[in-house]
Amino acid sequence: MSEAQAEKKDLGQAILKEINPPPEEEAHKKSFWKAISIPALAILTGLLIGAVMIAATSNTVWAAFGQSIWKGFGRAFVEIGAAYQALFTGAIGDPVRIVRALGSGDAREIRSALNPFLESLVQSTPYIFTGLAVAVGFRSGLFNIGVEGQLFIGAAAATYVGYAITGLPGIIHMPLALLAGALGGAFWAFIPGFLKAKTGGHEVINTIMMNWIAFRLTEWLLSGPMSRPGSGGMPLSPLIQKSAEIPQFFQAPIRFHLGFIIALAVAWLINWLLFKTTWGLNLRTVGTNPRAAKYAGLSTTKSIITAMLISGALAGTAGAVQILAVNRSMALGLSSGYGFDSIALALIGNNTPLGVILASLLFGTLRNGATRMMVVSAIPIDIVDVIQAIILMFVAAPAIIRAIYHLKKPKKEEATIFLSGWGGK
Amino acid sequence: MTTVTQTIKHRQISEISPARKLFMGIVELIIGVLIYVLFAAKLAPELMTTFNMTPGGIDVGTLADWVLPSRITLIIFAVICVGIGAFQIVKGFGRATNGLVGLCGLLLVFGFLVWQASGKSLNLSGMLSSAVLLAVPITLAAFSGILAERSGTINIAIEGMMLMSCMFAALVGSLTKSAAIGLLGGVLSAVALAMLHAVLCIKYKINQTVSGTVINIFSAGMTAFISQKFLQKYQNLNAPPMLTRIPIPLLSRIPFIGPILFNQNLFVYLMLLTLIILQVALFSTRWGLRLRSVGEHPKAADTLGIDVIRTRYVGMLLSGVVAGIAGAFFTLGSVGRFDEGMTAGKGFIGLAAMIFGNWYPIGALGAGLLFGFADAIGSKLSLLGSTIPPQFMGMAPYLITMIVLAGFIGKGQAPAAEGKPYEKE
Repeated sequence: MSEAQAEKKDLGQAILKEINPPPEEEAHKKSFWKAISIPALAILTGLLIGAVMIAATSNTVWAAFGQSIWKGFGRAFVEIGAAYQALFTGAIGDPVRIVRALGSGDAREIRSALNPFLESLVQSTPYIFTGLAVAVGFRSGLFNIGVEGQLFIGAAAATYVGYAITGLPGIIHMPLALLAGALGGAFWAFIPGFLKAKTGGHEVINTIMMNWIAFRLTEWLLSGPMSRPGSGGMPLSPLIQKSAEIPQFFQAPIRFHLGFIIALAVAWLINWLLFKTTWGLNLRTVGTNPRAAKYAGLSTTKSIITAMLISGALAGTAGAVQILAVNRSMALGLSSGYGFDSIALALIGNNTPLGVILASLLFGTLRNGATRMMVVSAIPIDIVDVIQAIILMFVAAPAIIRAIYHLKKPKKEEATIFLSGWGGK
Repeated sequence: MTTVTQTIKHRQISEISPARKLFMGIVELIIGVLIYVLFAAKLAPELMTTFNMTPGGIDVGTLADWVLPSRITLIIFAVICVGIGAFQIVKGFGRATNGLVGLCGLLLVFGFLVWQASGKSLNLSGMLSSAVLLAVPITLAAFSGILAERSGTINIAIEGMMLMSCMFAALVGSLTKSAAIGLLGGVLSAVALAMLHAVLCIKYKINQTVSGTVINIFSAGMTAFISQKFLQKYQNLNAPPMLTRIPIPLLSRIPFIGPILFNQNLFVYLMLLTLIILQVALFSTRWGLRLRSVGEHPKAADTLGIDVIRTRYVGMLLSGVVAGIAGAFFTLGSVGRFDEGMTAGKGFIGLAAMIFGNWYPIGALGAGLLFGFADAIGSKLSLLGSTIPPQFMGMAPYLITMIVLAGFIGKGQAPAAEGKPYEKE
């Protein structure tokens, strides 16, 4: 009896805490450096391990080690330096060239000197959308691994609207295609959301299954009903209409486009929804403390389904923007694993929209820079995946980072994501 | 031990509820009607379906071809299904319900083949033989999942472990010119990842799905990196000797079954062996009872003096070993070289097979065979000149998994404590 009462009291407190959260702003400011130190050190360590990989897989470094240890280390530093310099100039631009261009005042020269940086923003755009998609899921206690599939379905829907509808003015056609993408993704996420809410089928397995169904479906669509005439059986869609294109700001080859601005606006919107509305509070309560949510009379079913709808719509928009602004037609190589990388993004960004934007910029920059690194130093672009995995590992297990750098343990327990096994209960 | 036996005893098949009884009956009736309407109704009565009962290139354990009148066979199938459905609705089959639904499903699939191959011939035995081969990685992945989850750790990283093992098996096998050492190398690489997963989940208590995602991203990046850096440049590093067919004396001479099960390569036998070992070890030994008790009720197990942490490490270790065998299958037992991303989600499908099989080895084997069969049908159909796109057949395993997970066929019971890190008080 007394035990039950104690439990009830605890629950009451938990609900009260949720309803009246402690003034977040103040706590936020104090712990800003603490909050940033773990991700920053994780990124640093990730890059260091990447450096070791570069040196360890280089023939010339090994040859130099054959002569003497010092020559080996020297050669290793030269190689790593060259690779990371290429990574930097590929991602941000060549500082010397930027300064010279700014001095000359030639608008065209300035643009092309800044192109690497603008291209990094282009690469970050899909990451922002997919990272937000995963973050919204996490906030409501859902692990949406299906972002990749939702992105494909969204892209397919946007492509179809983009090429099949003709004669619309751009001001209507482009938003319509974007909307189609969002709806496509939302529909694809609704299915696992509905199954989770109504039958308890775990979303992790269901979204993975939906991914594979999406890949098969788009493969069939692109080689069948949506194939480009004369593509010779290759899975490729027709080009979208001019009116459906999301405008790029500068002439080719600079691809910087309006989609990036849309991504920032959407991030702001999600931030407002999650943290400034009652709806967002309810959603987060269900995510962090499902028992308290139940006692407070919140509907988990509704919360799960709406969270999945929003998450899917964001993922679908990512695919749509990529088609309408960059690729302009759909092929199977549409995504370089945005859906999976986005899990890392959301966690590194601590599931806040601002964090997701920063993490997306980091990942976009890394990926863009790695393309140049591949050209200059012949280092496969996949090293970025390895670095991302390591960063994610350290961010998820801050205890390791603290052990490496002898940091103090924080007084407050870190918030953990509430996820259950997939038995369905 | 009483607490432990009690917690494990509750995992028993419950009574069939009236609603489910009716639902299953309706499903069976629909299957019967579908067989008639889709397959039988439009066939010309004189068409015959020929099934070859011996795989090509095999001369032991042969069996004569099997010739069926297509239309009549299909009508018989339809009548059987309708009969079962009617009896199910009126009286009910009790505990045999699931088995009979399975039988109707089997008749549907077999009926589909009879219809597709009407007027032609189909090598049924060859198809089953390749289905067994295709089932190997899925089933082994499912066994790997069972070992991890029965001891209380969710292992979503099986895909990553398989991919890593796949590459290392090719690399080590090529270097040593020995398939056996290649297999060992592959298994060791998977075990290394399994231990990383175990440390992250058990020691650092990070979310197990996140940890699994870390390993999956890491593996995808690392294997692609090494493949591009070395395997593609030096082709002799990517030419491991393959494990050839070994006919088992006597057993391989059994007609029909012999060529399918006992004239295969080592991996098929390893799969069967693992099945037997796993079944006996988990359910008939003290070790197995302890492992399961740690996954069901770690606190009770701890009270009885079982080392929960150690048992979970052992479970993950064995899970890694089995995942390693599953991965090495691709390079040493199937293709003979490593290609990037060649596991193609088989690890995830293995997880689905594990859930489908309700965390029992024998159930996982059944599910794995079913998925392998669906794959085999997909590739055979295009040879028969079917109008059904192969992509649609490829979706079948994923759809079946989602249906199972939604509990339409029967609710699975996951180990109660999986996904929760154990904290000693």
